[in-house]
Amino acid sequence: MLDTENTPLVSVRDLKMHFPIHAGLLRRRVGEVKAVDGVSFDVIEGETLGLVGESGCGKSTCGRAVLRLYDITSGEITIDGDEIGDTSQAALRTKRPAMQMVFQDPQASLNPRMTVEAIIKEPLDEHTKLSELEKREKVGELMDAVGLNRQFAKRYPQAFSGGQRQRIGIARALALNPKFIVCDEPIAALDVSIQAQVVNLLEDLQEQFGLTYLFISHDLSMVRHIATRVAVMYLGKIVELAPREALYAEPLHPYTKALLSAVPDPDPSLAKASNRIVLQGDVPSPANPPKGCNFCTRCPSVMDICKTTEPTYFEVQPGRFTACHLYENNNDTAE
Amino acid sequence: MPDGALPVLDVQNLKTVFQTRSGEVHAVNDVSFSLRPGELLGVVGESGSGKSVTMMSLLGLLPTPPADVRGGTVMFDDKDLLNVNAKTLRDVRGGKIGFVFQDPMTSLNPVYNVGMQIMEPLRKHMGMNKKQAAARAQELLELVGIPDAKRRLADYPHQFSGGMRQRVMIAIALACDPQVLIADEPTTALDVTIQAQILELMKDLRAKLGMAVIWITHDLGVIAGIADRVMVMYGGQVVEHAPVDVLFSDPQHPYTRALLKTIPTITGERAARLTVIEGQPPIMKDAPASCAFRDRCDVAFNRCAVENPPRYDLGAGHDAACFYDARTGEPRDA
Repeated sequence: MLDTENTPLVSVRDLKMHFPIHAGLLRRRVGEVKAVDGVSFDVIEGETLGLVGESGCGKSTCGRAVLRLYDITSGEITIDGDEIGDTSQAALRTKRPAMQMVFQDPQASLNPRMTVEAIIKEPLDEHTKLSELEKREKVGELMDAVGLNRQFAKRYPQAFSGGQRQRIGIARALALNPKFIVCDEPIAALDVSIQAQVVNLLEDLQEQFGLTYLFISHDLSMVRHIATRVAVMYLGKIVELAPREALYAEPLHPYTKALLSAVPDPDPSLAKASNRIVLQGDVPSPANPPKGCNFCTRCPSVMDICKTTEPTYFEVQPGRFTACHLYENNNDTAE
Repeated sequence: MPDGALPVLDVQNLKTVFQTRSGEVHAVNDVSFSLRPGELLGVVGESGSGKSVTMMSLLGLLPTPPADVRGGTVMFDDKDLLNVNAKTLRDVRGGKIGFVFQDPMTSLNPVYNVGMQIMEPLRKHMGMNKKQAAARAQELLELVGIPDAKRRLADYPHQFSGGMRQRVMIAIALACDPQVLIADEPTTALDVTIQAQILELMKDLRAKLGMAVIWITHDLGVIAGIADRVMVMYGGQVVEHAPVDVLFSDPQHPYTRALLKTIPTITGERAARLTVIEGQPPIMKDAPASCAFRDRCDVAFNRCAVENPPRYDLGAGHDAACFYDARTGEPRDA
């Protein structure tokens, strides 16, 4: 890894999450959706790892699988020294306080029949032995921390705007002093003028509480702002992982290049001049990925080998990983 | 508009109010704009800014009640669309004015194949027979870049991907050679690489067909690449209106300036911290008697609280509804 002195807080190796497809009268298992298919990465303590990709690439599934919200198909997940890849859900409960999640849709992830106080207090009820008074005080502190007025503690989620609801979700995630938070598209449902408020809040909290984030998003400009390093996913695999500046300045994988080129730039002179790489076609189904490289059906620089052999994911430069045949010749001529 | 040809669509002082259980909501307040032949007008705003309701109002697409279009004129084809009978309006909609909605899954009918859905306006508005309509439908699918068009006509919406469905929607909207195409967040539900495909397609189609387009979006990046002129909406009003390069290089309304600062980019300087527009967009319970943006504005002064700023003409097709003159740093004359 690039930061050799920094130890990874989260370490994921060859994570696979396959969902079975059942069909026919007897609901036989006829195949599987390989939502996450062999993903490896580290999240260094205190950093924000951005995980980007288009819908259906498996980024959300990956985030949920890392927190073991699913029983994973295979792979190793180490969080803060504990291997949790095959821990039972019952045994995981004691480890849950250290790892939390902020969900995309604050409307759907807050119970409309619970008050804000009850929502933020629930993890405390579940995992701590604090007295009722102490819990209330803690809820008050959390509401202060995320910029919600304490006086609104007895209100219900529908009384709040989208941005404020997302703050409630963040306060709940912070309640148990976690080390690691998976933020799954936390700003996708918000208006542009509100997105900046929530992103700044997440950055402030990271500094204040020493948090480590896995920030899942499809918004490449926002990830450039918030992430320390960025991983790009396509069809269940990481195609490239690199420090932020390097990735945006000089993307290596053809998919990363196309993805960055497709982001519309809010500057008319650039937008009209730029030579966009427009990818043809759609993302193939993860139930039936192409042979060889997953990207070979749309890749502008496809070669013969790409249609037969899957590229390996390797460190092409210090701290930069990619899975592409274009870069394999440099250090591997055994082909 | 002083320069250029006569507008194809001219909207003046449009007002739309919704009756809700907790009182009225003034969704569109005195919106005026015009659309010249062949141009692309971008409409930018956040949710609730009134951009979609404006377009729905002028085509009579809102259910009444709760909506109530209280005033204004919408001149199209020498007729005021707010004052014509239902049949004339039906002829205009889907005929001379085409509409593309945000979500192609919910706006296509799942139980008819796409061929029938493209042929419907052709037979209703153009009086084509089945054979002519089928041939034209195939042409349209080819025009929007759907491969194997003839066979795909028999397919149902669920057999198309999101981007392909949006192409079908565009084909339907273009079926009767519209003079005006209104596209309401047509790429918002799509991934960036698919969005890039649709934006390219739109550029091609405009070059080929020359229709005027109104493109509604919240994404300033999309607008920068595609629009000729831009109208920024806030609180149901037009707060700034300018040619696209002027809007980005010399924004005059505090809201536009803040909006441009708050969005991060993938090129350019990376700010250590994002600029924030504090507060929330307003819900317009009453017709505006003061500036709707003043609570979030960094240059607001006492006049902003007692009077709603009109759109000041700044020359060269640029106007902004603000009492503060950003060029001089002084309030404008009373």
